[in-house]
Parts: sequence; structure tokens; C-alpha cells
Amino acid sequence: MTAAASAPDGPELTLRLDGITKRFGSLTANDGISLDLRKGEVLALLGENGAGKTTLMNILFGHYVPDEGRVEVFGRALPHGSPKAAIAAGLGMVHQHFTLAENLTVLDNVMIGTESLWRPWQDRRRARARLADLAERFGLAVDPDRRVGDLSVGERQRVEILKALYREARILILDEPTAVLTPQESERLFATLRRMVDEGLSVIFISHKLPEVMAVSRRVAVLRQGRCVAVRDTAGLDRAGLAALMVGREVTAPSRTPLPPGPPALELKRVTVAGPRVRVPLRDADLAVHRHEILGIAGVSGNGQSTLADLVSGMAAPSAGQILLFGDPIARHKPSHFVRLGVGRIPEDRHAEGLVGDMAVWENLIAERYREPDFQRAGFLKRGAARAHAGDLIRDFDVRCPSPEAVTRLLSGGNMQKLILGRTLARRPGFILANQPTRGLDIGAVTYVHERLLEARGHGAGVLLISEDLDEVLALADRVAVIHAGRLSAPMAREEVDVRRLGLLMAGEEGHHAA
Amino acid sequence: MRLEARTAVPLWLTLAAPAGAVLTAFVLCAGLIAWSGAPVLEAYGRLLAGAFGSRFALTETLTRATPLILTGLAAAVAFRAKLWNIGGEGQLYLGALAAVAVGSGVISLPAPLLIPVVMLVAMAAGGLLLLGPAFLKTRLGVDEVVTTLLLNFIVLLFVSMMLEGPMKDPMAMGWPQSAPVVSDAELPRLVPRTRLHLGLVIAVLAAVAVWVIKSRTVFGYEIRSVGSNPRAAAFAGVPVNWVVLRVALLSGGLAGLAGASEVMGRTGYLTLDMSPGYGYGGIVIAMLAQLNPLGCIAAALLVAGVFVGADAMSRAVAVPNYIADVLVAASLLCMLVGMLLVRYRLRWR
Repeated sequence: MTAAASAPDGPELTLRLDGITKRFGSLTANDGISLDLRKGEVLALLGENGAGKTTLMNILFGHYVPDEGRVEVFGRALPHGSPKAAIAAGLGMVHQHFTLAENLTVLDNVMIGTESLWRPWQDRRRARARLADLAERFGLAVDPDRRVGDLSVGERQRVEILKALYREARILILDEPTAVLTPQESERLFATLRRMVDEGLSVIFISHKLPEVMAVSRRVAVLRQGRCVAVRDTAGLDRAGLAALMVGREVTAPSRTPLPPGPPALELKRVTVAGPRVRVPLRDADLAVHRHEILGIAGVSGNGQSTLADLVSGMAAPSAGQILLFGDPIARHKPSHFVRLGVGRIPEDRHAEGLVGDMAVWENLIAERYREPDFQRAGFLKRGAARAHAGDLIRDFDVRCPSPEAVTRLLSGGNMQKLILGRTLARRPGFILANQPTRGLDIGAVTYVHERLLEARGHGAGVLLISEDLDEVLALADRVAVIHAGRLSAPMAREEVDVRRLGLLMAGEEGHHAA
Repeated sequence: MRLEARTAVPLWLTLAAPAGAVLTAFVLCAGLIAWSGAPVLEAYGRLLAGAFGSRFALTETLTRATPLILTGLAAAVAFRAKLWNIGGEGQLYLGALAAVAVGSGVISLPAPLLIPVVMLVAMAAGGLLLLGPAFLKTRLGVDEVVTTLLLNFIVLLFVSMMLEGPMKDPMAMGWPQSAPVVSDAELPRLVPRTRLHLGLVIAVLAAVAVWVIKSRTVFGYEIRSVGSNPRAAAFAGVPVNWVVLRVALLSGGLAGLAGASEVMGRTGYLTLDMSPGYGYGGIVIAMLAQLNPLGCIAAALLVAGVFVGADAMSRAVAVPNYIADVLVAASLLCMLVGMLLVRYRLRWR
């Protein structure tokens, strides 16, 4: 099965991309990209969201057919548009979103699609032995008989990697593998990658996080706007230079000037949110977000962040405990009531929760206040006033859109987020929930969002920042708490944060804060 | 061959899609007509003439279109909020039953007052009937497709029971039909010596009103946001469940109005064969109109024309008139494909 044995083209080159071009309508997602990958190296593919990384990998795997260019694996041309051929040629991919069957065991997941379905029982013992051997060789310990649904995210990722190795992948591609991992789990992944390249595998590591690219790769290829703008040896590069290559200009991190915290904006007192519809219940949460303060909530995704966000945005009511807003208990747990009380809410998912994609920009901008007399009279919308309002916000928040009439779903992610920021921040809320405010945005938009949040803090807002991006939490927050399995740790001041300890808290390996 | 989402849908395509769908349906059904041994072009010519070719044909088509406009609106307004009301037929019959209940002499008022009162009662009956499934949907997540569809049969049996029992007209020589509405509750004729009645004007006004609600009012704004992204609407503070319940009242009310308009304008009394599936036809019309309230008028005219014309065609060239059902059904299927092509572009590779 392995093409490695029959590679005629020198021992070094394993994968060659030559002049790959892919267009979607007027957008050129990949513009003449040429790359090569050598045996025993980790090549980092660095680029912002929308730079063309995922498109390139989808071409490699036969999900897309390129308009121009060719792919060679171990010296042989890879036919376009055939995932089967890609796997047969020795390519293995670990997607950002795992493709595992949760109700099957680890072993079954590895065998599905690999072993013949006709004689599954005869192959099981051999498969189990091979899996154990692979796990041992690469340090990917997972119990083969556990149900995937019971595994942690880090363990699931190991199963994905094992699956690729089981299929005799010689070239492994990892798409943003650390996005869902704690710092410790990331370290462990890097150790596995080093073992792989020692054994002669090649790895493509897709990321937009500079520190890990520096830590794990031998060479870096930087994509920008569909072009490969640089391929460099990692040794001899610094973070600032790499960031500039990625964005195309110098990047300045937002500066957080210390401010004395004001009175509490939001207080949670032993709040529990549980019930049949709550996926990850929140237990006994104690929290105070003060004015002039950003409180960061770090944590691995799926540990109750959404429940906490639902609670403070009015989407979920507490089943026990008390919420105070600006010192007063909240009477009704409804989004409209929260908005009226001066809560600004930036939801986690701008497509699913933030905006109605099929409606116009102006309609989305009045979504939280369409019942106010400014925008309606006797049940009729004041369309003129609403459009003028939209025009003002579009100008103030620098939203790039043709007009207030534009259909919202056609905007870029960054501009959608600016719409939500405009809708939320223009009212000068005293408390702001920012749930994953920069997920999927490019660096320019990220900086913009960060600046606006710091500005709101300057104006006296208390900000609850929930983020799975630890770097973001550490850059913005005055105090940091960790959420794990629905429980919040005691917040610590930013200056006293020890990243190792945060990592342990995120993994649930240190005692929880009990109030 | 793959599908690619369109970034913007041009207006001509929105108009061309239903036209193309209907044409395709006619081409498909040409095969069936030829198979039954009739000359295709002549058959379609007869159909066209029978639907729109004379003053009488035109008024018949308009009479037939009247309830279809209203049931089409009922479906369109509910579907816009993603409330899948398949129960238009039941709401129509319950509205008609309510209309004869209050319109056949129980209250006596002058016509300008009695007609609106009877219509409002019929609308309330239809609206309340849909309120049940909508309530179950918002509270317990019960699938309203199932509940509204099954309610149709329950309502038909209930109407049958009433017509055989308490509401049976003693003067009807044993036929299961209701007492007629009093003359003050009858809708005046629009054209003398035809069946065309004031119901058409009311239906057209209803279409305009629904359009205004949809595109100009706070309620319409809520309907559209709940229909296209209920989660985002809820997050922004739109009272999603309350919107769905109000939509149910409006949608059921429009279907109930269709029933009232039929007994007050066309038949004068209620029988169990009053509607040849106007409630279900409303779904076809809403889809052909792409849920546009004004489009419902055009779509209802077309469907009514096919049914009226098919009778004429059947008489002239001996093609069974149920070809009309096939034509309308084929139009709906073609329209569903057409809507896919409006939203997506076909790419050959």
C-alpha cells in the first residue's frame, strides 16, 4: 500500500505542489502555490483565516479540483479529485473537526473504512495488535475498547492520528490541531510529532498561532491572500517578523493600561444552571465582573462556556443562586430585558446566533431595539430612521458593505463581527459579554475587536471575556478564571497568572474553587 | 455536476422560476395527453380558452381563484415563519361551519355589519384551530406537520357530524347540508348573472394587507427573523414563541376566511364537498408564489385556470379532467426544483 517503498525520486522529497490555482467565482483562493515537503520534517503552513490554507489542503485531498497545477506524492502525479487516491498514496489528514463515530469504540473507529467489511472478525486481533504497536511507537496511548464518545478532546485527536497512521500515512496533515487542546496536551502532541519525523514521516502543520509554529516546525510556509509569500527555515525567524509576513504589515498588540476596578457590574452568587436542555450544566458559579475590568474565562471548549454565556445573555435562567446586575437582582431572564438593563452581548457564533443572514444589514442592526419608539410607531417600522441608524453604525464601526440594504450573509466574518460590535457597543452598555469574540477572524479584525473591548472597558464597562484562545485571554484580561466541567476556578490577577497552572486547571487536574 | 450557492438572486430569476416550472409541467403532461390519444396542442388550446377565453370562463376562473388566494396566503404567512401549516383544509371547513352557524339567522344585523361579523367569527374559528398545534409546537416541540395534517380529518368528521345532526337543514330533503346563510350575510355579486362575488375583492385586499404586514410592520419583521434564523431572533430578544402563536392565528384565520367566503359568496350553505382541496391547494400556491403575498394572487389565478380549463378540455377532447390535478402537482414538483435552481447555480464539473 505505501508508495514510499516505490518512490523513485530521491529519498528527500515526499510531496510537491506545483502552481496550484483555485478560483471560486471572482475569488482566487489559491494563486499559483508551489511547495515541497521533505522526508522527516515538519512544515508549518501559516496564514490568517481566509489565506487559502484549507482550500489548499482540500485540493491535496481531492475534495476540490484545482483549476491549474499538479500534485506529486513520492514522485508520482496524484490524480485530482480523488480522496481515495490521496489516502492510497500515503496522505493522512487530521481535521479540525473530528470525523469519528461517537458510539463506536476506538478500535472500531480505526478499522472503519480501512479494513474490509466482509471479514471483520478475522482481522480484529491483528488490527488490535497493530494499533497497540502504533500507539506505543508514537506515544499515542488510548484504550482501544473505550467508546469514542467517552473520550476527551485530546484523546479523540490521538484516535484521529492513529487512524491515519493505521492507514499507513507517510505524510500527515494536521489542521489547527491545538485549537481544542490545553497547553499540556499541545506539548504532548508536539512530542508525538517529533517522534513521527524521527521515524521518517513528514508532517504539515496548519496553524495561525506563531509560538507553536516556532516550537514545532523545521520550515514555515506563509500564505497570504491565496499566495505563498515566503518559505523560510524556522531557525532564525522571530515572532514579529513572522507576524509581519503573515499579515503583510507590522502588527502591534493592544496595550492594556491598568485601571482601578469600579463597582461590580455583574455578580453571580452560587448560580447553578442545569436541566434536561442544558448540555453542560454550570455548577455553583461565583463571579464578580467590575466596571473598568475585563474578566477572562479560559477553558477548553465544551466545558460549560456556552451555558455561562446563555446565563448572562438572558437565554437561560438559573435553577439556583442569584444574578445581580449593577447591584440589583434581575427580574426576568429574557434577552430583551437584559438588553434594556444595559447588557451588551457578543455571541459565540455570529452566523447561528448573532445575525439573521438572510435579512438586510439595517434589519440586523435594529434587532435588539426594534420595539423602541425610535424605530417603530403603532406597529409599523420606521424604515427611514432604521436605515439612517444603520448608516451611522456602518460609518462609526467601519463595516465594509455596499449599503444598509445589503444581505448580511454576504459580508465577511470580520464585517459581520463589526456589525454585532456596532449593535452592541453603540449603546454604551455597562456590562458586556464577549463570547469567543475573535473566533475565525483575521489578525486585522482581531486587533480591531480587542481595541474596541479595551475602549469599552475604558468607558467604564465590565467585560466578561469567554475565550478558548489562551493568548487572547492573557492579552486582554485584568483577571483570569478557568472553567472546567461547568465549574469556575477562583479568578486570579493577570500579573499572578502562571500558565502551567492555568493549563492544569483547564484539564481539571487541580482542585476547584469552592465558594 | 455540483451546486453552488448564489450570492445574489436577480429579480428576473425570481419571476422566471415559477413561469419555467409551470411551462415544464405542461411539457411533461403533454406526454400524458398524447398517450390518452388526444391532440396535445388542441387540448392545451381548449384548456386556455376554457380558463380565460370568454367572459364566463374568466369569471369562473376568478371565482375559483378566490378561496385559493386566501388559502395560499394562509400557507405563505405560516411558512414564512417556518410554521408548517398543512391544516388549511380543516381551518377552511371550520371557518365555513362557523360562518353558517352565525350567518344563518342566529343574529340579525344589516348586511354591512353582518358580513364583517360573520367573517370575523369564521377567522377566529380557523385561527383558534391552528393555535392548538402551534401551542404544542412551541411548548413541547410537537411536529406541527403531523398535528395540522391529522386535524384536517378530525375537522372533516366533525363537520360531517354537525351536518348530519344538529346543524342539518330540515328543509334540505334529508341531504347532509347546513341551513343557508341569510340574505344579509350573502356576498354581493360582482358581475351580474355570474358566480363572481365580493370574496375576490376581499381576497385581493387580504393579499395586500399581508404584504404590508410582512414588509412594513414590526410583526412582519418578527415573522421574517423567526422564519430565517429563530436562534438569532431569540438571542436578539424577539419573543419567538409569541410570534409563532400570532402567526398561527393569522394563518388559520385566513384559511377560515376562505371557508366563509365560499359559503357566503358561492354556495350559500355548507356541504362536505364544498372544497375540492382548496386548503391543500394553498400550499401549492404559496410555493409557486415563493411565499410572496402578492404572488399568491397570480399563482391562484393560474391554478384556478388550470382546473376550470381542464373541465372544458375534458369536454372537447375527452381527456379525463383529473389531468388538472396532475398538472398542478407537476407544477409544484417543478417549482421545488426551480427554487433549488434559484438558490443555487448549477456547475458542470
